[in-house]
Amino acid sequence: MQHGSLWKWLDERVGLAEMEKLAQKKEVPVHRHTIWYYFGGMTLFLFLVQVATGMLLLFYYRPSAEEAYESIQFLMTEVQFGWLIRSTHAWAANLMIFTLFVHLFSVLFLKAYRPPRELTWYTGVVLLGVALAFGFTGYLLPWNTLAYFATRVGTEIMAVLPVVGPFFLRVLRGGQEVTGATLTRFFAMHVAILPMLTVLCLALHLFLVQKHGMSVPRGVEQRGGTTRAMPFVPHFLLRDLIGWLSAVAILAVLAAFFPAELGQKADPFAPAPAGIKPEWYFMFMFQTLKYLPSHILGIEGDVVGILGFGAAGLFLLLVPFLDRRAARGQPSPLFALIGIAMVVYMLLLTYLGYTVSPTQ
Amino acid sequence: MVTEVQPEGTRRRFLNWFLSTSVGLFLVSVLYPVSRYLMPPQVEESTARTVRLAVTPGEVKPNSGQIFKFGSRPGILIRTPSGELRAFAATCTHLACIVQYRPDLGHIWCACHNGHFDLNGKNLSGPPPRPLEHYAVKVQEDRIVVSMDA
Repeated sequence: MQHGSLWKWLDERVGLAEMEKLAQKKEVPVHRHTIWYYFGGMTLFLFLVQVATGMLLLFYYRPSAEEAYESIQFLMTEVQFGWLIRSTHAWAANLMIFTLFVHLFSVLFLKAYRPPRELTWYTGVVLLGVALAFGFTGYLLPWNTLAYFATRVGTEIMAVLPVVGPFFLRVLRGGQEVTGATLTRFFAMHVAILPMLTVLCLALHLFLVQKHGMSVPRGVEQRGGTTRAMPFVPHFLLRDLIGWLSAVAILAVLAAFFPAELGQKADPFAPAPAGIKPEWYFMFMFQTLKYLPSHILGIEGDVVGILGFGAAGLFLLLVPFLDRRAARGQPSPLFALIGIAMVVYMLLLTYLGYTVSPTQ
Repeated sequence: MVTEVQPEGTRRRFLNWFLSTSVGLFLVSVLYPVSRYLMPPQVEESTARTVRLAVTPGEVKPNSGQIFKFGSRPGILIRTPSGELRAFAATCTHLACIVQYRPDLGHIWCACHNGHFDLNGKNLSGPPPRPLEHYAVKVQEDRIVVSMDA
């Protein structure tokens, strides 16, 4: 390729030629499951949308119980395109969690966590946890009634943990109750601590993906491996780009036709309103807690439920370690079944959460 | 490939290095203040054991309920369909949402996880594991006075 003098100048200083070689070497295997390779990049793109819109929101948002709600109200009604920026932030968050789940379960079902990609899986599961924490802390920031009660319940769940629970509760809330102190803490987590954690985990995650290349499913490998591959630059990247541009279009439509709502300002001395519910990705847990009786085998029902979800999360994290058959390159239908059971449970409880009358 | 250093050897080397370089001490001296910093200071909890409400008994209709401030915590005052005044802590014993009186059901209800409590604050159904804390209600000089049970 012909290069100009600027390219040469930069190459001598930062080594562009090496990067170019690296980019040209990267290939993506082509087989009937290739479609799933796009969801990681899509999640990354939506995360970048969050970073950009989040920074813009910071220009108007005020993190205190007295001003938070009013500052968002001002942003939504007075600031030009304020509604667009906030609605895009809210919708991209939802889409990002969705594509993250799709990415996670596609990796789980295609058993892409097989050696040597265990660390890629671990960093991915940690990133899921960080994304959920982003959602939970961001939800409170407008300081409205829904967010207030979601945070009361969500942090109260911490207190269920034996021994360390009350300590964590105080640290999270910045006191005994959910107050302005909680809002300030959640703000600090949402805009400083979680972004830093994301950058660290994401850097490792992407480095490992780069190092090991794309995982090819065992079934495809057994049928003689992949015969075809496409260069990452530009073939795969251009396809990625189509996906990202479509995502921007979808975001624009969602933000314009279904702008983010603000609701009522939080009142710590008002009853929780009927029909209260968390973000959709917490719905299956929320609905489970509704169904659990007050006591199971002498233990409080919510303790059983929360420890159960904790165990499920730990199981998910440790899948590469537990699935010895997949590690040896053998079929492991048990883990596929567990994965399906998880998806079915989440879908069913989410469906019930949105359809069952709140008073039943 | 067999590594030359045995696990014990590596562990000992790590411990020797860790202790002799005082990395441990350094970490403690950094992490201790940070962990104390993150723990919010104890604020003086409201020690009020009695509160006079702004509403008069005449303003509280039978078969209704309302939230009042008991120090920094919410309480719920209800007048039963038979006309009796009662008060409880309004914090649900399940996951700390604020409960409400449901005139259609004639008892206390928590919207968050569908917990039901009877007119004595006892958990009837749903996930709440314990009854609501009970307060004593008195009427003095046409004002409602709520106090914690001794």
